[in-house]
Amino acid sequence: MTTKEFRELFPILTRKVYGKDLVYFDNAATSQRPRSVLDKFLTLSQESNANIYRAVHKLSAEATDAYEQAREAARAFVNAGSREEIIFTSGCTAAINTVAFSFGQAFVKAGDIVIVGEGEHHSNLVPWQLLCERAGATLKILPIDDKGHWDLSVLKRLLAEGCPVAAAQRVKLVAVTHISNVLGLVNPVEELIRLSHAAGAPVLVDGAQGIVHERVDVQAMDCDFYAFSGHKVYAATGTGVLYGKKQWLEQMPPFLSGGEMVGTVTLEHADFAGLPHKFEAGTGNFASIATFPEAFETALLAREPEIANAYEEVCAYLEDALRARGDLRLYGESETFRGEAGPTGAYRRAGVFSFTIDGVHHEDVAQVLDKMGVAVRSGLMCAEPVIRHFGVSGMVRASLAPYNTMEEAEYFIKCLDKAINLLR
Amino acid sequence: MTIAEKQAELVEAFSEFDEWLDKYEYLIEMGKALPSFPEEKKTDERLIKGCQSRVWLDAQTVDGKVVFSADSDAIITRGIIAMLIDVYSNRTPEEILQADDQFIDKIGLRENLSPTRQNGLLSMMQTIRQLAETAAQA
Repeated sequence: MTTKEFRELFPILTRKVYGKDLVYFDNAATSQRPRSVLDKFLTLSQESNANIYRAVHKLSAEATDAYEQAREAARAFVNAGSREEIIFTSGCTAAINTVAFSFGQAFVKAGDIVIVGEGEHHSNLVPWQLLCERAGATLKILPIDDKGHWDLSVLKRLLAEGCPVAAAQRVKLVAVTHISNVLGLVNPVEELIRLSHAAGAPVLVDGAQGIVHERVDVQAMDCDFYAFSGHKVYAATGTGVLYGKKQWLEQMPPFLSGGEMVGTVTLEHADFAGLPHKFEAGTGNFASIATFPEAFETALLAREPEIANAYEEVCAYLEDALRARGDLRLYGESETFRGEAGPTGAYRRAGVFSFTIDGVHHEDVAQVLDKMGVAVRSGLMCAEPVIRHFGVSGMVRASLAPYNTMEEAEYFIKCLDKAINLLR
Repeated sequence: MTIAEKQAELVEAFSEFDEWLDKYEYLIEMGKALPSFPEEKKTDERLIKGCQSRVWLDAQTVDGKVVFSADSDAIITRGIIAMLIDVYSNRTPEEILQADDQFIDKIGLRENLSPTRQNGLLSMMQTIRQLAETAAQA
């Protein structure tokens, strides 16, 4: 399949804005949805709308089937060991909050330590701040350098300090992003997980961006939790997944409580259903979740060589064109990553380009580009500490998807030149 | 020229451009023409809340009239505040408080700004009225 054919799967991409062809470069915020996903949502809503699990009638059975097929699709997509390890949530933020509350309640006590990256989205920062406040624990930061790379020597120090005597690790969790939504670099999570596990600390990976660009295998990665949203990876909005190792999920109390997640309920007491239902209180967002099989199929399609290679060329062109401007600063440097045992991957840029332009405000750029039909993001990108690290008040972010073409990238660069001239 | 006349003049001026890019350019030119705003006046008290880009607004009363000066770190925002100053500055507090701001919608400005900037524009108008009220009570 060619990029052109792939692109045709997405009805929205033919629309015009202000009479101009839409160039959608805000994919890190939400991706567009293919016809197959839209159809699935509509068909289920029209033909099989019923509450899942609860009833014996036909419609409920169909809805429940669709929901459980989505669970199997998610399990296969991240190669989890079992369906019990796949918890449906309303999004990545809800998935991380589930861990912050449930894991936090079970394992994080006063005096303990939680480590988070400096390059995190607020959704993987604020829940840990609040957990530490509740528990009387301490939040420690794994810093990034000016290339946007982790300083793993700090991680090692923090892990060692947290473990004053053997088997008494006070670092209860390390929470980091797979790919920063600002810097767009694939982080060496495998090395971080290896180091953390060696010191007895489990790891949560925020996969909101990672799930889009990387082949995620949670067993090979050996992360303890992996959280992501559906809407960034072609699925319907209001959907997310929390993968968790069974050993942890079984020990964690429920976060929300209510219907379906219970076993036996008396007026005084309830015991809880098994995994994954223990963490799925209330009626699930079934028609949206049920779009997962089609969404993940689309993501796999985009990884076929013909489309993937064309996409890489578009990204390479964009990186070069942006770097060619002397007045433009692109954040995050691609570089081979060297672990303790030699090179084990790379800080690779994954379709996300955040930049600032001397003397031109990021919001002005986005506003003018919008009128040219180009959709980009500007501002703090829900990751204020990262933006502040680089000493700026905001950035412009162009984030691509495999349906974006070379023509669009060239048009974007032309528009950017025009916008800068206008704004200066 | 009264506030209403000034507003009508602006609506007319903007209507001459078909493309919004050209209207932005016109706004940007207004922003560039705004007199320079002293750095020491860029204080938190003068910062208008609710804008993603920073906007500072200052009001002085001279001979019973409110004289506004302002700056912003973003050029389109600077153009917007320049336009508002063009309309509301050098007027008595009563004139400012009695005037409406429907010309903004007539220009189509609100719908052609991002939601954050729409909020910013609202905050700018509120601040202008508050400063006029303060001047009226002084």
